Amino acid sequence: MKKVNMTIDGIQIYVPENYTILEAAKEVGINIPTLCFLKDVNEIGCCRMCIVEVAGAKALQAACVYPVSEGMEVFTHTPKVMEARKVNLELILSNHNARCQTCNRSMADCELQALANKLKVEDVRFEGENKKLPLDIGPSIVRDPNKCILCRRCVSACKNIQTVGVIDLVNRGFNTQVASPFGKPLSETPCVNCGQCINYCPVGALKEKSDVDKVWEAIYDPDKYVIAQTAPAVRVALGEDFDMPIGTPVTGKMVTALKMIGFDKVFDTDTAADLTIMEEGNELIDRIRGGGKLPLITSCSPGWIKFCEHNYPEFLDNLSSCKSPHQMFGAILKSYFAEKNGIDPSKIYVVSVMPCTAKKFEAARPEMSASGMADVDCVITTRELGEMIYDIGMDFPELGDSEFDNPFGEGTGAGHIFGATGGVMEAALRTVADILNGSSADNFTYEDVRGLEGIKVATVEIADLKLRAAVAHGLGNARKLMEMVKSGEEEFHFIEIMACPGGCVNGGGQPLQLSEVRSWIDVRAERANGLYKEDNKSFIRKSHNNPAIKKLYKEYLGMAGGSRSHQLLHTHYTPRKNYGK
Amino acid sequence: MIKSVADIDAIRKAKHEELMIRLDKDAKGTPEGGRMHIMVCAGTGCTSSSSMKIIEGLEARVQQAGLADEVKIVKTGCFGLCAQGPIVMVYPDHVMYTLVTPEDVDEIFESHVVGGTPVARLVAGAEDAKAIQEKTDGTDFFGKQMRVALRNCGAINPECIDEYIARDGYLALEKCISDMEPEEVVELIKASQLRGRGGAGFPTGIKWSFAAAQQVEEKYVCCNADEGDPGAFMDRSVLEGDPHSVIEAMAIAGYAIGASQGYIYVRAEYPIAVERLSIAIEQAYEYGLLGSDILGKGFRFDLELRLGAGAFVCGEETALMTSVEGKRGEPRPRPPFPAVKGLFGKPTILNNVETYANVPVIILKGADWFTSIGTEKSKGTKVFAVGGKIKNTGLVEIPMGTTLREIIYDIGGGIPNGKTFKAAQTGGPSGGCIPASELDTPIDYDNLIALGSMMGSGGLIVMDEDTCMVDLAKFFLEFTVDESCGKCPPCRIGTKRMLEIVTRITEGKGTLEDLDKLEVLAKNIKNAALCGLGQTAPNPVLSTMKYFKDEYIAHVVDKKCPAGVCKSMVRFIIFDDTCKRCGICKKNCPTGAISGDKEHPFVIDQDKCVKCGVCMEKCPFKSILKNA
Repeated sequence: MKKVNMTIDGIQIYVPENYTILEAAKEVGINIPTLCFLKDVNEIGCCRMCIVEVAGAKALQAACVYPVSEGMEVFTHTPKVMEARKVNLELILSNHNARCQTCNRSMADCELQALANKLKVEDVRFEGENKKLPLDIGPSIVRDPNKCILCRRCVSACKNIQTVGVIDLVNRGFNTQVASPFGKPLSETPCVNCGQCINYCPVGALKEKSDVDKVWEAIYDPDKYVIAQTAPAVRVALGEDFDMPIGTPVTGKMVTALKMIGFDKVFDTDTAADLTIMEEGNELIDRIRGGGKLPLITSCSPGWIKFCEHNYPEFLDNLSSCKSPHQMFGAILKSYFAEKNGIDPSKIYVVSVMPCTAKKFEAARPEMSASGMADVDCVITTRELGEMIYDIGMDFPELGDSEFDNPFGEGTGAGHIFGATGGVMEAALRTVADILNGSSADNFTYEDVRGLEGIKVATVEIADLKLRAAVAHGLGNARKLMEMVKSGEEEFHFIEIMACPGGCVNGGGQPLQLSEVRSWIDVRAERANGLYKEDNKSFIRKSHNNPAIKKLYKEYLGMAGGSRSHQLLHTHYTPRKNYGK
Repeated sequence: MIKSVADIDAIRKAKHEELMIRLDKDAKGTPEGGRMHIMVCAGTGCTSSSSMKIIEGLEARVQQAGLADEVKIVKTGCFGLCAQGPIVMVYPDHVMYTLVTPEDVDEIFESHVVGGTPVARLVAGAEDAKAIQEKTDGTDFFGKQMRVALRNCGAINPECIDEYIARDGYLALEKCISDMEPEEVVELIKASQLRGRGGAGFPTGIKWSFAAAQQVEEKYVCCNADEGDPGAFMDRSVLEGDPHSVIEAMAIAGYAIGASQGYIYVRAEYPIAVERLSIAIEQAYEYGLLGSDILGKGFRFDLELRLGAGAFVCGEETALMTSVEGKRGEPRPRPPFPAVKGLFGKPTILNNVETYANVPVIILKGADWFTSIGTEKSKGTKVFAVGGKIKNTGLVEIPMGTTLREIIYDIGGGIPNGKTFKAAQTGGPSGGCIPASELDTPIDYDNLIALGSMMGSGGLIVMDEDTCMVDLAKFFLEFTVDESCGKCPPCRIGTKRMLEIVTRITEGKGTLEDLDKLEVLAKNIKNAALCGLGQTAPNPVLSTMKYFKDEYIAHVVDKKCPAGVCKSMVRFIIFDDTCKRCGICKKNCPTGAISGDKEHPFVIDQDKCVKCGVCMEKCPFKSILKNA
């Protein structure tokens, strides 16, 4: 890369020519304040917080998008700059519902508040009309347009990254707002509830629909037998809510906290992930052997499922009929576990702790009630669990470790990696290879399907079969991959799709990371590393070797894909309309 | 139908002969062209005063009389004297009729067309036929103007490509693609020092050279016909009166920078312009003046229209291109500049209508001719749409360097009703006010900026003593707030807050602190807004505060509106000394705020008064005063 000479506040630097002023300033240790900027997500220079003086330019320029050039002179903190930033911020604050005391983003997670502190805004001098718009409360996502500052990060996440595009700007000038088509509630649009918009929102305009109260109510209901299950990605992110380094595994502390909260049992959804692999692996083998519909596409990600129902209804038969792991788990808990322990299944209350907002919608789908009652009664996100822990004043980082309860307390390494893109594929391949080969392979890691490449393709030789596999994460990549499949450009046996970029580790329900972190550190990679470390540490790393699963099949389900499995663990899909058309 | 260079030349020659009677009073006309041309303005202004009916009427009479070959009724573009429209011009006599109605058709036909005697009563200011001649030719309205961009407006039928060709139309394009290298064209435009007529005044040739330097196959030429300033209609008039001049110039620009596709972004609120442009583009294709092999010289240029949906911000170049791409019309930060990365991410030049209209003339007459007109840094002419408190509302084109006084008093005929001039507003919502003390400043880009205003696209609104400058600032702010795209907070929220403050002031609720706030906001919006519109949005406030601070103070401190415009501060008072107690005011008051009878003085209950002013208007003795 060619480099250019320039000065920032008089300091001479030599930087690559594709740098922006913002990046160049970082090189000399100046963090220019930003608000709408999020690297690779939203680079449009609309919020005007990062304005700087560029010699020769009349007006102030947005550092986040202004390209450097040879001989450029930049001044980042002249009185003109500082005053303009402050006035600008006061204007934003003057049209923001600043009920910070009641806002879930207050304190640590609000980028607007942080800026106001940083810029020492003492007073909002320009008060005036403030909008009062209705909230949109959906099953997964709550939008509060009165807190929205129109940074457009959510719009970019939804439209550009996810290619879902159910929110965009309507009206203009002071009446501009982020809205869904025809002003419909998100729940009546092709929104897939992925929650990526929440992850990128700098303020409290987007959040998950909180179900914390429901959980507390169940816990204090003496009639209820309350079980928590936790998804793989939760354990490598929860610590971030308590200022622990990104991707730190906190499994033991998490279990301790859940037990202290008062759950009767705390189980590991990773065990159910192993169950999913048994079912899905067999489904794959059956389809390949029996001439079934290929490619088989994973169904663990409820955001992807809804996306497929809206956009690729012709591929619904390609979707694995397997429920997602926590739904399978719920069904097993209310049947096998209830029977075995002599508990009335109607008294069992299953709470799934998930990195995901779409799981809230998924759990409420009518198909998800195998035993005549909902498989899962309540889904809370990682963030909501963090809140519960915070609310009761637990000192999370100082908690000791506890073990999950038995019999579903031990997932395999294969189950752990479900949380990262490529993890389901790898876990499935580990099992399918052993089944088809009739032996246990010593070499069972599949590096080709790991990592953050948008679409990963691998050819795996198993027995006489050259298995073509593809992995996509983020719905924009999923769309690309599906178009390749649709056009016949590529043929695959097995496809893994996760709605969120990076997979569940970056789910819409995960702890928030501010843009100043997200822009420069790949949160997805850090958390995925945590999961792969857990996999490496595991004694058992293949799903079919999980003793709890073996026992479950022996005692209750019979064989994978058998009739009982089908009744409890499988589901079906329906094409969905877009905007009622 | 594709024409060769020779064909075009033949049309030019033949048609030129026909059109001679419009130029030369002694011309006798030709068998094809007839002996008399009656030009009727079919621009938006005159059309809205039924000029199409005049055309139909005249055509019918001529037809009935069997004179269709001799007398041609020509639909034409704007003459500029819009206040006096509909305008009818009769050649070769050179008689200009004003304020013509369809009812006047018979008299014009019988007296003038058949009888040879012009209708004196339809010539403004002429008492008899003798005075007619000097009135039409010698008026200052035309005398001080110099029509370059408007050269064909009112002179040709815009729907007839042959008439354009007859006036040396497409000769510049022919010259460029036959005899000049693209670099030479760019150099010529550079040498002419032509500056953009759309607002900022960026040198056109330099813009072209940036785009020409890009080594990219796909480039675009765009025309900004999204004229949006309140009261401005320069570009509309060019498009309605001379659409081919823009088409020709865009093809020349395409040749110069290496582009083969052009787009004209025109507002849908200009239906006549859209229609004439469509006709003109179609004709140009028919003649092979657009398309794959223009005049057989191997140069390709295609041109399409894109209709804007009425957002003011789409006149900003990056927003315009975003809109052409089919997206929400919003500006984006520059760099990259459009000449490097514009429409669809390709090098693009965007000029406005008036800029393009100058180009063919410059190519034909040369840079030296063009630079001989105007001031040191502003060459050529500028078209202004003059409106407000002025007699000759309309369109004028003057050499750069003409003073405001000449425009307002000589060309514009001064202020009506004996009122005094207070200020002129140029540059639309991005511009500012020029007070009476600056009337003698020569108008050019740099002088206007030095005065705190700007050239803008050429709107010029004249205000007299009855205008409240705070109210004026409020008017422009309302416009800006309404038209802000909402992308950046300084414009989206800042202009809104300014409007709230100014509104407070006009309601008598302002404080001195509000004035400080206004200044802080204005300064920082100027510095921090994303696009040119936001950056200039505070100008109407800043310039009125600069020249008319005392009016702001009067509103804030004395709670008075000196011009008597701001209703909440206006008080109507009955002056008993001259009041004859006739009771007319009481009868006419819509809210029953006036009491009194023969025995008791008449008084206005200020709580009930809605300040409509009817009492003052109706008082036969001028005994009711405002703000006394």
